[in-house]
Amino acid sequence: MAQMSATDKIDVSIEHKRATLDDGSTKKHPNTCPGCGSHYRDDELQVHLRVCPQCGHHYPVRGLDRVEQLADGGSFVEDERSLRSGDPLEFFDLKPYPERLAEAEVSTGLGDAMITGAARIEGHPCRLAVMDFSFMGGSMGSVVGEKFVRACEHAAEERLPLISVSSSGGARMQEGILALMQLPKTVCALEDFHDAGGVMISVLAHPTTGGLLASFASLGDVLLAEPGALMSFAGPRVVAQTTREKLPDDFGLAESNLRFGHIDRIVPRPELRPVLAQLLRLFGSEP
Amino acid sequence: MTTEAELGLRDRLAKLSGVKLLRGTRLSAELERLQRQLERLEDDTSDEEIWKRVELARHQDRPYTLDYVERILADFFELHGDRGRMDDHAIVSGIGKLEGRTIALLGHQKGRDLKERTSRNFGMAYPEGYRKAMRVMELADRHRFPLVTLVDTPGAFPGVAAEQHGQGGAIARSQAVMARLGVPTVSVVIGEGGSGGAVAIAVADRVLMQENAIYSVISPEGCAAILWRDASQAKKAASAFRLDAAHCLDLGVIEGIVPEPEGGAQTDPDAAAVLLRESLVSHLAELDGLDAATLRRTRRAKFRAMGVFA
Repeated sequence: MAQMSATDKIDVSIEHKRATLDDGSTKKHPNTCPGCGSHYRDDELQVHLRVCPQCGHHYPVRGLDRVEQLADGGSFVEDERSLRSGDPLEFFDLKPYPERLAEAEVSTGLGDAMITGAARIEGHPCRLAVMDFSFMGGSMGSVVGEKFVRACEHAAEERLPLISVSSSGGARMQEGILALMQLPKTVCALEDFHDAGGVMISVLAHPTTGGLLASFASLGDVLLAEPGALMSFAGPRVVAQTTREKLPDDFGLAESNLRFGHIDRIVPRPELRPVLAQLLRLFGSEP
Repeated sequence: MTTEAELGLRDRLAKLSGVKLLRGTRLSAELERLQRQLERLEDDTSDEEIWKRVELARHQDRPYTLDYVERILADFFELHGDRGRMDDHAIVSGIGKLEGRTIALLGHQKGRDLKERTSRNFGMAYPEGYRKAMRVMELADRHRFPLVTLVDTPGAFPGVAAEQHGQGGAIARSQAVMARLGVPTVSVVIGEGGSGGAVAIAVADRVLMQENAIYSVISPEGCAAILWRDASQAKKAASAFRLDAAHCLDLGVIEGIVPEPEGGAQTDPDAAAVLLRESLVSHLAELDGLDAATLRRTRRAKFRAMGVFA
């Protein structure tokens, strides 16, 4: 097919731009910037809040690092640390689910994909619910759902604003229908929180897809996203395979979502803390 | 209240797990029903049995929402459009009389022939469909009409325009609207309960499933492709998910199972409609007279309690 070979030629030019590592392989080191090919040491990235100083690409941020970036030093008090997921379906794909959970806990040091607690941002007290993508793709199962609900309840009791930072592939398949039920569960808790006069600010980090976008992450009073964050209900691969449509270059990205009116603002990571402080001020939180 | 009922059911089911002891003794009609549900639960654990339900749930002759509407509701008036952009034919809605009382009904609608299937997008709604659903939910709330939703979708449509129009946010908001309603709500999964696109209209006081309906977090094919990296493992995925009605009842996700005629709803749509109508009437009667605040509180508390953790 003549057309196909024309497309191949275009692909070659894309390949040309790709940084090749010393050993000639194209598989990139996690510290190599997918945007410009620059490479950084861990400490260099950490200093720049894991944003590429060359091109502004936002690298993923672990949950606790995110808390450290946002909260006033020493102000964060984590809660609900001991919650662990059950295995309601006795789910077994290539491995039993409890084994996957144990592996994730060992590799991340976390009990599940969300960290919650009380904190201060530029003096303003608030509650944080921060997701960590490295725990099973940030997927939402019973524990993430329960932690978010408890964060809403604590925030309501203490009359504090709630800030969520999401980074998740969606519902956790290994918990089957009970994972899907975490959507209405978190939505119902957020409705109670809103009825109690609570303020919720939702920050969408890369990626926030599937069940997360279809539940609490979309229901904040204000929605902020990081530059380049993918935020789509269906992922690009599913859409391309199902519809055979040609996807726009910015498919599902924060920039496209801003244009179509689904978020309030795109906030580069270095500005996130002052922007959140401004919102806390505007919603009437006393420092 | 619902939680108590659910606990009671689980308790009774647990007692019935010693079925041998109870055989030969006199059982009340309800216990017999529970026993049948339990036996199904025990009998149908094979991959093949669960897969048979997946096939029945997707059967091309299975009655769809409008087939039930014409058999169950009198004086039905269909409502169209989301009042913003379009009329999504994958979701139908309207008002009609059930037992002499006006109710609002909405549900996914698949098509019968190729042309209708295309126009209804195989029951896969765009955000516009969920906005249409939300406006009808709010209409029901304003006029104190009980709301019935019928769920039958492979999932919300995954397309470029659907994303641009805000699919995720629409599904989230539709659930939020249902969580706010002050009128009795009953949702029934009548075929495929596919993921977010299904739960968007199923945050109800009572969630029921027809005997051969399925309700799952992702399609068995989608799960198999991701977890086993092989879509042909769908049967294995289906049974791993326990997406059939008996297992969903056991997991506390639904409150009851609506029986179907022998062999499935497609064998006798009239009889299936009678059975569905009976369930709707009895569940709506139980919810009748509860005030808006009580309905909201118990509904939210029910979903609040879902999940397994320690």
